Amino acid sequence: MIRFENVGLRYGTGPEVLRDISFTLPPGSFHFMTGSSGAGKSSLLKLMYLAHRPSRGLITLFDRDVALLKRDEMPEMRRQIGVVFQDFALLDHLSALDNVALPLRMAGADEGDIVEHCTEILRWVGLGNHLHATPSTLSGGQQQRVAIARSVINRPRLLLADEPTGNVDDGIGMRLLYLFEELHKLGTTVVIATHNEALIRRFDHPRIHLENGRLHVLPANSAQWV
Amino acid sequence: MKTNGASLFRRRFDLPLARDATGRFLTWITALMVYLAALALAGTLLVSDMAGRWDRGLAGGLTVQVAPLAEAGAASLEERVETAVKVLSATPGVTAATTLTPEDTARLLEPWLGPAAADPLLPMPRLIDVVTDGTVDTRALDERLGAEAPGSTLDDHAVWLSDLRAFASALQIAALGIVLLIGGAAVVAVVFAVRSGLAIHRHVVELLHLMGATDRYVARQFEAHVMNLTLKGGLLGLGLAAATLAGIHHASAGLRAGLLPDTALAPWQWLTLAAVPAAACLLAVVTARWTVLRTLVTLP
Ligand SMILES: Nc1ncnc2c1ncn2[C@@H]1O[C@H](COP(=O)(O)OP(=O)(O)OP(=O)(O)O)[C@@H](O)[C@H]1O
Ligand SMILES: [Mg+2]
Repeated sequence: MIRFENVGLRYGTGPEVLRDISFTLPPGSFHFMTGSSGAGKSSLLKLMYLAHRPSRGLITLFDRDVALLKRDEMPEMRRQIGVVFQDFALLDHLSALDNVALPLRMAGADEGDIVEHCTEILRWVGLGNHLHATPSTLSGGQQQRVAIARSVINRPRLLLADEPTGNVDDGIGMRLLYLFEELHKLGTTVVIATHNEALIRRFDHPRIHLENGRLHVLPANSAQWV
Repeated sequence: MKTNGASLFRRRFDLPLARDATGRFLTWITALMVYLAALALAGTLLVSDMAGRWDRGLAGGLTVQVAPLAEAGAASLEERVETAVKVLSATPGVTAATTLTPEDTARLLEPWLGPAAADPLLPMPRLIDVVTDGTVDTRALDERLGAEAPGSTLDDHAVWLSDLRAFASALQIAALGIVLLIGGAAVVAVVFAVRSGLAIHRHVVELLHLMGATDRYVARQFEAHVMNLTLKGGLLGLGLAAATLAGIHHASAGLRAGLLPDTALAPWQWLTLAAVPAAACLLAVVTARWTVLRTLVTLP
């Protein structure tokens, strides 16, 4: 599904924030991503969802060499990736429902189905009473849930979530993780960047850990991690 | 599902373009441009109408004017008119030669001279209306008339007509030039509006791209927006142009006979004018699409 070989990333002329990253995520896998603040979790995810190109190294995504992708092949690739951005990236002028509907509209889905689908998912994340609220009138945790609903709405093949539970309590956090878990059961490959150790411990998934720009893959509930 | 019904029919743009002032100026500029273009086009239509009427009325026509002569010993006006008609009838190519009565002549001159034209004391020339099949050697005819019926002059409509035609086509070319300039300015305005829209909403466009939006998808948003704005502006401009034309027609109808050409437009001509906002809208939409697609290929 995803393969990194000796990937390095630097912003502009700055130092390499990611160095010699090599790993493979098999299709249908579920990984947590950990690392202290500034370790490069968001940067690694950006490489995965094609927001940045690596400074060096080889990235293979859906069996395609990302460096060789043509501009007009990108949308098709990106539509198979659901992303929860760390800053949510909701469109302020659109209602919660319309924000969630974006991926479906881009895919040209039927308008009646779109409304039904989006209503259902927003109810699931506990926003059934805020379907038509704009993001600026929602709390941080509510916005985060809209962002999560949007990332899973079209059942992506790959789901990348950057701190998806950073703004909610553990109860809602669990509920949201079950959403990803459901998606995972349907065959989606999932990567979740998080600082929340308590949540990680509740699920039996391996983690990729970033430290000093380097990556370590640790098995599920590894004792290596303190 | 009560609340969802409304959202089904609400117009949605993924880009908050409707909030930009840069976009709204397109409506006004389109109104102005459609107004000017519609007037220029109406002008062309009227001029070509007029030219057509002159053509039909004057083609193949000559007018012979026999002036009253004050010198003693000259033949009387009536005699000279008769001679001229004889000469004309004998000329090959002339199909008819009709003498206008003094009353007819007075009526023709009335717009210029007022009711005084009918004053019998005023020395009036006599006019002979000549219809030809177009093969008459006008110079030879003029010389012969001068010799046999002194005081008569030949007025060849063809000379007039070619002047009028040249004038009409010059006007039409000028109007076409104006319309082209307006179209060019419209294209520039749309390019500017779309570029600034893309710049203002760059982060939204980037986000849409990350979520898998194609350039076409983004372009469609701009197309719909530009269509909305320019259609409104175009209809406004057309309405103003129609009001202006109606005003001109009303004012000219009040003037005394014949001095001004007819300023009424036929139904098909109104339809042609109605096509102006549609054409402006189409031009704007195509330009918007082209601008978006061209600008986006420079983005990652
Ligand atoms: N757009 C950018 N331009 C320049 N430097 C950047 C940019 N984005 C991130 N960095 C740098 O890259 C490093 C890694 O940042 P990144 O956002 O990937 O960390 P992170 O692990 O997601 O942190 P956090 O847990 O706080 O979200 C940081 O040192 C940061 O300063
Ligand atoms: Mg981060």
